[in-house]
Amino acid sequence: MGIIRTKDLVYEYVRRDEEGNVEGFTTAVDKVSLDVQAGEFIAILGHNGSGKSTLAKHINAILNPTEGTVWVDGMDTSKEEHVWDIRQRAGMVFQNPDNQIIGQVVEEDVGFGPENMGVPTREIWERVEESLKAVGMYEYRKHSPNKLSGGQKQRVSIAGVLAMHPKCIVLDEPTAMLDPKGRGEVVRAVRALNDVEGITVVLITHYMEEIIHADRVFVMDSGKIAMEGTPREIFSQVEKLQELRLDVPQVTLLAHELQKKGIRLPDGILTVEELADALAAGNEMH
Amino acid sequence: MSIILNHVNYIYGEDGPLAVKALDDVCLQIPDGQFVGIIGHTGSGKSTLVQHMNGLLRAASGHIYFNGEDIYDKDFQMKKLRSKVGLVFQYPEHQLFEIDVFSDVCFGPKNLGLDRREAELRAFDALRKVGMPAELYYQSPFELSGGQKRRAAIAGVLAMSPEVLILDEPTAGLDPKGRDEILRQIKELQVRTNMTILLVSHSMEDVAEYVDRIIVMNKGKVMYDDVPREVFSHYKELEKIGLAAPQVTYILHALKDRGFDVDVNATTTGEAVETVLGALGRKGTYI
Repeated sequence: MGIIRTKDLVYEYVRRDEEGNVEGFTTAVDKVSLDVQAGEFIAILGHNGSGKSTLAKHINAILNPTEGTVWVDGMDTSKEEHVWDIRQRAGMVFQNPDNQIIGQVVEEDVGFGPENMGVPTREIWERVEESLKAVGMYEYRKHSPNKLSGGQKQRVSIAGVLAMHPKCIVLDEPTAMLDPKGRGEVVRAVRALNDVEGITVVLITHYMEEIIHADRVFVMDSGKIAMEGTPREIFSQVEKLQELRLDVPQVTLLAHELQKKGIRLPDGILTVEELADALAAGNEMH
Repeated sequence: MSIILNHVNYIYGEDGPLAVKALDDVCLQIPDGQFVGIIGHTGSGKSTLVQHMNGLLRAASGHIYFNGEDIYDKDFQMKKLRSKVGLVFQYPEHQLFEIDVFSDVCFGPKNLGLDRREAELRAFDALRKVGMPAELYYQSPFELSGGQKRRAAIAGVLAMSPEVLILDEPTAGLDPKGRDEILRQIKELQVRTNMTILLVSHSMEDVAEYVDRIIVMNKGKVMYDDVPREVFSHYKELEKIGLAAPQVTYILHALKDRGFDVDVNATTTGEAVETVLGALGRKGTYI
């Protein structure tokens, strides 16, 4: 069994009118079954309201299934006695860095998690150091978080999760509020966690370029998994993604448009270099 | 009719030890009906700049003229400026509060002192302009999707009938389709009503696609102020200040390096398709 597994997961929100009477139910997640192996880099795409954040909140037991089951590292998330352990195994990073940082000094903020878990002081400092180094923020350890840029703050948030030694980390649109440099910093830090530390990553994003290195991509629509595959398989289906209110990286779109004009190119081009090389190779063939 | 900033300076914490120069000798002219993109890394002064344009922040020195009037004149009515220059903040849906969408959009014009009928007419007009489906007018704003909430909030500002609309990252957190829909609607508004639009954005692709002119802010100064193809030709300098060019810029440079005769200053997917096809055609291949 994988590190994150869901079986027929259903989550319903109760809608209430102004008096608090039940008006009906909205099914945000609809019979989702997935199995994520330890060490995988998973990306979840989907339009606003497709259910991806609701799904993600099940992975660290912020939400409990209405029906079906979620297991994290073999533990059923609906069992109260597992909640504490699950939140240590599966850390979560949200969209707005300003809502997640509490410490007055960077290293204090990162130390909060392990301190809360009862880790001995000396080990807390070791964890703070290694976590800040892993996201490239060690030199800022004595700084005040509110003087940092958005990308730096998000990396501090990620370090805060890392210091709890999780097996997986779920990031819900961590770059939505960042400038291009900040986005690049966060994406590089996340890839390093996956490549170097072997931490399982679940990345939710609306920026298509950020997920070209993922092992698998899930696309959600109406609470269901509408597409699943490697980035290349997913981004080969430009029209289908557009129907689902999504997009492809600009380079993929350009290649697709050129294909439509009769230029022979492989499907699902993901990087600038790939496209330039493919066009150059095609050019030499003639 | 325009906005003119003449040697505008602004300092945060002016009297304290941590004074930061947020605007440094900014001179700009924004003519009527232009679609202007403002880019810059976090903390470069973009938001500070736009907050001067509707009088929310007051310059430490320098002058700002709105339609020929000095907004710091003691006779100048700031209230009028605020209704003429509408500012949509980041995550404007956090400011929705009324029981239904329609009441929320009415709040602005009512607050301007318009009678109920006039306020309601303006609200209808504004909701139509942002493309809000009529069946959602009497829904709670909190039950709308992310994109629809954003529309409701923009309609609330449009209902004040501004001449200038400033949007501070209006598409942050929206899905790609929602992003395109909102920006297309704003573009249409500019074309149809000749409204001046200032768009603060972190998405270089969006800016390249929609605006007529780009202002690049860095450390409180205007670093570049030109049409998109000129601004993005400085992509190496933009990277040094935490920005980038649209992905097509990098593709075209990579092709140029491989001997293709492409126009490296094309900034949109459409333009890139043209120049790449042109270059392939000239080589006599693929055809």
